[in-house]
Amino acid sequence: MTKNMAPEELSTSRTFAQVNEILDKHERNPRSLIPILQEIQDAYRYLPTEILAYVATVLGISPARVYGVTTFYSQFSTQPKGKYVIQVCDGTACHVRGSNPLIEAVEKRLGLSEDNRTTDDLLFTLETVSCLGACGLAPVVVINETVYGEVSVDRMTEILAELQSGEE
Amino acid sequence: MGEITINGRPITFEEESNVLEVIRKAGIELPTFCYHSELSVYGGCRMCVVDIDGMGVVGACSTAPRDGMMVRTHTRELRDIRKLAVELLLADHDRECTTCEKSGGCQLQRLATQLGVHEIRFGERDMSMPVDDSNAAILRNPNKCILCGDCVRMCEEVQEVGALGFINRGSNAMVVPAFEKEMGDVECVNCGQCMAVCPTGALVVKSETDRAFEALADENKTVIVQIAPAVRVAIGEAFGLPAGDNLLGKLVAALKILGVDKVFDTSLAADLTVIEETQEFLQRRQAGESAPMFTSCCPAWVKFAEYRHPEMLSSLSSCRSPQQMFGSMIKRYYADMIEANPNDLYVISIMPCTAKKAEAQRPEFVHNEVTDVDLVLTTQEVAAMLKEVGLDLGRLEVQALDSPFGFGTGAGVMFGNSGGVSEAVLRHVADHLAGEEKPVVDYPQVRGDQGIKPIRISVGDNTIRLAVVHGLKQAHQMIERIKTGEITVDLVEVMACPGGCTGGAGQPQPERRDTKSQRAHGLYISEKMTQLRKSRENPILQTLYDNWLGEPASPTAHDALHTTYQSRRRILGEEIALEPGEQLEVQVCVGTFCYLQGSYDVLSQLLSELESEGLGEAVNVRGTFCFEQCQGGPSVMIGDEIQARVTLERVPEMMETIRDHLSGTPKRLD
Ligand code: SF4
Ligand code: SF4
Ligand code: FES
Repeated sequence: MTKNMAPEELSTSRTFAQVNEILDKHERNPRSLIPILQEIQDAYRYLPTEILAYVATVLGISPARVYGVTTFYSQFSTQPKGKYVIQVCDGTACHVRGSNPLIEAVEKRLGLSEDNRTTDDLLFTLETVSCLGACGLAPVVVINETVYGEVSVDRMTEILAELQSGEE
Repeated sequence: MGEITINGRPITFEEESNVLEVIRKAGIELPTFCYHSELSVYGGCRMCVVDIDGMGVVGACSTAPRDGMMVRTHTRELRDIRKLAVELLLADHDRECTTCEKSGGCQLQRLATQLGVHEIRFGERDMSMPVDDSNAAILRNPNKCILCGDCVRMCEEVQEVGALGFINRGSNAMVVPAFEKEMGDVECVNCGQCMAVCPTGALVVKSETDRAFEALADENKTVIVQIAPAVRVAIGEAFGLPAGDNLLGKLVAALKILGVDKVFDTSLAADLTVIEETQEFLQRRQAGESAPMFTSCCPAWVKFAEYRHPEMLSSLSSCRSPQQMFGSMIKRYYADMIEANPNDLYVISIMPCTAKKAEAQRPEFVHNEVTDVDLVLTTQEVAAMLKEVGLDLGRLEVQALDSPFGFGTGAGVMFGNSGGVSEAVLRHVADHLAGEEKPVVDYPQVRGDQGIKPIRISVGDNTIRLAVVHGLKQAHQMIERIKTGEITVDLVEVMACPGGCTGGAGQPQPERRDTKSQRAHGLYISEKMTQLRKSRENPILQTLYDNWLGEPASPTAHDALHTTYQSRRRILGEEIALEPGEQLEVQVCVGTFCYLQGSYDVLSQLLSELESEGLGEAVNVRGTFCFEQCQGGPSVMIGDEIQARVTLERVPEMMETIRDHLSGTPKRLD
C-alpha cells in the first residue's frame, strides 16, 4: 500500500518516523540490517543515501558497509522508483518472442533510455528482468504485481496510455 | 600442537591458526594478496591454494592445521591455478606498469613475474574510471584495484573507521568510499593504513615531490627541513639497508646535496611537546579534573576523535603535534631571529605519516596568512626524490644537523614509538612530582606491540595511571571502557598506526614481518645513545623559553604551540528532508553524537507539536547530519541560528522561537 504514495509524500516526517519504528522493532540490531533495509525501502520505495547514513549511525556500523549491502542485492535501489514499475522479461523465451521491441516501445513513449530508467514525474520505472518463470505466456510484462502475458507492441502502448490517462 | 607434513617434510605447529602460517614458518613464502595476519581471513584471492590429502585443493589461509595433515604446495595443478588467478586479475587491470607509482613495489607485478605469467589470454580492460585525488594524503586509482579487500578490512577492523567498502557483486564489484563519494568527502582520517596493505597501485601516497623540487629551485626561498624521529630508522630500507639502522647523518648529507638550506630535528619539537603537555597534565590534575587527558600528537587520532568522539574533545591535550609546534617556531621565532620574512621560509617536514599532510593544511595552522608547515613529504617520497637524482643513501658520508634546532633529547627521539610519548612524559613528571632530578629509568611496560598497554607509576604519594593504545579500534574501545567506568586512567597515549609512527603508512613498504619491530628497536637504541635523555635537559628549549615563550603554558606558548579541535560531520552532504516546501527552515541534527543525546525524540516531539498547532505547512523540518557543534548537542537550527543543548524539556521554548520567526515573516513583507 505504501507503494502507491504520491511522490511529494516520499520523504515526509511520517516516513522518517517509520524508519525509527522499523529500527526499534528490530532492536537496532546490526544483524537485522537486511530486513531493516527491506522495510525502509517499502516505506520510501527506494533507499535514499541520507537515510542509509542515518541507519548506519543508529546501528553503529559504517555507512560504507550499509551502502555495500544495498548495492549487493538487486532488490534494493538507491534511486527513486516510479509509482508504476514496469518489468519486461528478457529471459530466453521472452527474448525470442520479441521482448526487445516492447522495451523500445516503452522507452520511446516515456522518453526513457538505458541510463535513465525513471520518468521525471516519478510515475514510471522501466526494468528488464531475466525470466519471471512464466515462459508459457511470453513475452511477459509485470506492472506492480499485475502480470500481462503475450504482450504485443500495440497492447503495451495501450496499457501505458491507460495508466497515463488514469493519472491525469 | 601437532605435526603436519609439508612437501614430505614434517613441521610441528603450535599456536598457528591456519596452514598458511605453518607453511610460512617452514620457510616457504606461499604468495597471497588477501592475507594479513592482523586482519580477518577473507580467502578471496586463491593464491594460497594447497593440496591436502583427503581434502583436495583448499585455501591455506582458511584451513586450520590438524595433526597428521599431508600438504603439498606446488603441484602442477596448484601452479596452474595460481597462474590463472594472476592472469585473470591482470586481464581486468590497468596494465600501465611503467608509469605506475607502485611499480617495483607492486605485489601483483611481482607475482606475475615470479609465477611466470608471460601472456594474458583474456584481452584488455576496456573501461577506465576517474582517479580520485580528493583526499589530502591518498591517491585512489580504482583501475588498479584487484578487489582483495585488504584496505576495507584494515580500515574497519584495525582502524574502526570503515570509510571504504565493497559495492555491487560479481563482475561489477568495486571497492569505493561510502556512497561512492570521493575519498575526501567521507570520514577518512588519512592514516594511510589502507594504502600500506594495498598490494597494487590502487591506493598510493599522494606524491608531492614536485612541489619540493620547485621550492628547492626557488632562489627566494630558504628551505628548512624537519625530520621526524621515526624516519631515520626506516629510510635505509628503501636503499637495501637493514630496518632499524639510524641513517640520520646520511639523510642530512643527502638533503644538503638536494639544496636544502637548514636541516633540523623534529625531536626538538617533541621535547617542547613533553614540557607543554606535562604542564597541562599537571594543571588539569590540580584543577581536580577527573577525566583522563588524551595525547594529541597523532593527527589521524585527532581527526578520529573529531568525527567519532566529540564528547571527548575537551579531554584532548591542547598541545599541537611536534610537527606543528616546529612549524610555528620557525615561522614566528626563527624568522624573527634571522630577520627574515616568514613567507620566504619554506618549511618541509619529512614524516613517516600520511595524516601529517592533512594536518598541515588545517586552517588553525595558518597564522596571519603564513602557513606554518608548507609541505609534508613521507619517508617514501623522500627516498623517491633521492633516487630520482641518483643518490644512494648508503654511500654518502654523514653530516651533522644544523644549529640551532638540530638537537633533540632521547626522550624526543622516542616519540616515534608507541609508548614513547608516555615514557618521555613519565621521565619528566617523575622528576617534577619528586621535586628532584632522578636517574633515567626505562619503562618496559609501555614498550612493545600489545594493543593496549596499561601502567601504574607511583612517585611519593602520587600514583599515575597510564594507558598506551595504538590502532584506532583500540582507542575507540578504550574510550568505551573509560565511559563505562571499567577502567580509570589519568593519561592515555593514542597513536593511530599500529606500532606508532615507526609503523606509519608513509614509511617504505615493510620487507619482512619483523621490519616494524626492528625499526622500534633501532629507535630505542638511538635514544639510549643520546647524552641527554630528558626533555627538560634540552639546552635549546631553555633559550626558547628565555627568549620567546616565557614559561610553559604561558599565553605566548598557548598562542604558538596549542590549538583547538572541532567536531566534524562524518559524511558530507546528506540531509533528510522531512517536510516539503519553501518555508521556515528548522533542522534537527541526527548525527551520531546528537542522536545518542536523544535528538530523535526532540525531532518527533517538535514534529507532533507543529502538526497539532497546524504549523506543519509553514515550517520545513529537516534531519541533518552534524552541524559540527557536537559538544553542544543535541543541536537544532532555526532559520540560520543554531540552538545548543535542545533537550526534550526545551521543545516548548523552540516552539516559541519558531512562532516568533513565523510572526516576524509577514512584517518583513510589508
Ligand atoms: S586512510 Fe585510514 S581512515 Fe582513511 S580510508 Fe585509509 S585506513 Fe581508512
Ligand atoms: S584498493 Fe588495493 S587493497 Fe583495496 S581492494 Fe583494491 S587492490 Fe585491494
Ligand atoms: S590469502 Fe588465501 S585466498 Fe587470499
